[in-house]
Amino acid sequence: MIEFQDPSILPEINTPMNKKSALELRKVNIFYSDNQAVKDVSFNIRRNRITAIIGPSGCGKSTLLRSLNRMNDFVEGARVEGELLFADENLYGKDVDPVEVRRRIGMVFQKPNPFPKSIYNNIAWGPLINGYSDSTDELVEKSLKQAALWDEVKDRLHDSALNLSGGQQQRLCIARALAMEPEVLLMDEPCSALDPISTAHIEDLMFELKERYTIVIVTHNMQQAARVSDYTAFMEMGDLIEFNVTKRIFTRPSVKRTEEYVTGRFG
Amino acid sequence: MSFSSESESISLARRHRKAKLFSMFCGMVTWSGVVLLAVLLYQVSIDGFRWLDWQFIDSFPSRFPERAGIKSALVGTIWLISLVALISIPVGVCTALYLEEFAGKGKISKIIEVNIANLAGVPSIVYGILGLAIFVRYMALERSLVSGALTMSLLILPVIIIASREAIKTVPMSIRYAAYSLGATKWQTAWAHVLPASFPGIMTGVILALSRAIGETAPLIMIGALTFVAFLPEGPMDSFTALPIQIYNWVSRPQQEFHELAAAGIIILLSVLLLMNATAIYIRNKTERRLK
Ligand SMILES: Nc1ncnc2c1ncn2[C@@H]1O[C@H](COP(=O)(O)OP(=O)(O)OP(=O)(O)O)[C@@H](O)[C@H]1O
Ligand SMILES: [Mg+2]
Repeated sequence: MIEFQDPSILPEINTPMNKKSALELRKVNIFYSDNQAVKDVSFNIRRNRITAIIGPSGCGKSTLLRSLNRMNDFVEGARVEGELLFADENLYGKDVDPVEVRRRIGMVFQKPNPFPKSIYNNIAWGPLINGYSDSTDELVEKSLKQAALWDEVKDRLHDSALNLSGGQQQRLCIARALAMEPEVLLMDEPCSALDPISTAHIEDLMFELKERYTIVIVTHNMQQAARVSDYTAFMEMGDLIEFNVTKRIFTRPSVKRTEEYVTGRFG
Repeated sequence: MSFSSESESISLARRHRKAKLFSMFCGMVTWSGVVLLAVLLYQVSIDGFRWLDWQFIDSFPSRFPERAGIKSALVGTIWLISLVALISIPVGVCTALYLEEFAGKGKISKIIEVNIANLAGVPSIVYGILGLAIFVRYMALERSLVSGALTMSLLILPVIIIASREAIKTVPMSIRYAAYSLGATKWQTAWAHVLPASFPGIMTGVILALSRAIGETAPLIMIGALTFVAFLPEGPMDSFTALPIQIYNWVSRPQQEFHELAAAGIIILLSVLLLMNATAIYIRNKTERRLK
């Protein structure tokens, strides 16, 4: 059974959203055709905090993350059941526009995926198509600074983004997501392709960003989860095994499986 | 120097030899094609070269070989190809985009896909009959440039669609996801990212298709392009002739001079083709570089 230290991180079913949470998952089930990838998962994602999702490969972390901004809509056969509350509305409600959802809940992918365009246009495009009419110059500069990339690229904003290194590309993707000023930022193993220095960059960045954004990160790196996150969800085979404040998960987990996993006694 | 055992280095030598043989074989095949083309061009050139002058380009056809020229056919072909490009590129590219980006991947898409592939193999004369029935007769467009262009467009649409779809397929999904995750609609994503990224590939398909259209004769004969035109078309509703038809007409006459005129016409046709391809390749390279 799941045990929670802080009751506010557990959703109360059939009540309005907790004021502290940015997103609430209530009995979320996700299927790929007939396969169930996520089973009955409920927890709250706290505003201005970093929530980590950990668990062995194939346990449904990416699936769960993608459901939070309806990127699952593009996966053939994917079906989401249950309630995903965002600003007191079910993300999968009838009159919710998924485009609007993705505008407000941004995503950074595992592999850096810059557009084959200039650095500048990578960042300016999202705001432009969403009707941003102020000077994009300032927005580009601000976003790049937030992503700790400005100093490295300020002299070549109109070069192709594909000429950047992998770590720079990933920070560009973060800057691109930030330019939309999303309320929640989802990150699926954002550091898996990066060296330790770039990883440290991005972790520092996350600390700064959480003042303004809510962050959900999927990671295979236990130290990273322990270092950066405030809350941690441990999943296995589609089940949420344990959800708690990160410190608790890594020091005194209440479920044996969690302990085995975070201490590396199990792959 | 020896970090592999003797038997290993022997098998390595054999593999190198194999690779060399294979590349020689491929080289030979390539060059035999080139040589054949060169011989053909040479033959055509010595036949037609002495007729090639400004007077030939700037004159209408005539019963007298010395006065005959290719003006109306050349202008007709330029008109025709421009109209075909105007019709077939937007329709073909939009169809490909729709099929790849918007249509579901269900049974109906599959059926459409198979049908388009089959249409690409239908003999051109069949398109000519279709064009005659629909455009010339039913829609009463007469034997005009429009009829010809519509028929030719039908003929090359399958090629443009198939090539464009292949080009669109090579655009990685991750780019689309990146756009969607920024709150872009499918249309915005397709227009701003998918289309530009697949543009070079689409151009290649379009070049190939238009090159085919420029040389096609049968459908034009079928819909009744004229063979003797002593005026220039002034609008899309005018009747016309085209280079391959003029060439065909000259070849079928008994006199040697006209055969030589045909050869000169072929040179002109090939030049137009070459010019077109060069332009398209130039555009493609330019956009490709910008994308990188
Ligand atoms: N597009 C898909 N179609 C069908 N099944 C899928 C699809 N994507 C994922 N799955 C299945 O859903 C389950 C969860 O996959 P998911 O990608 O969410 O795992 P994950 O926890 O992110 O793993 P990893 O750590 O390796 O990224 C797996 O069993 C996987 O095979
Ligand atoms: Mg994953």
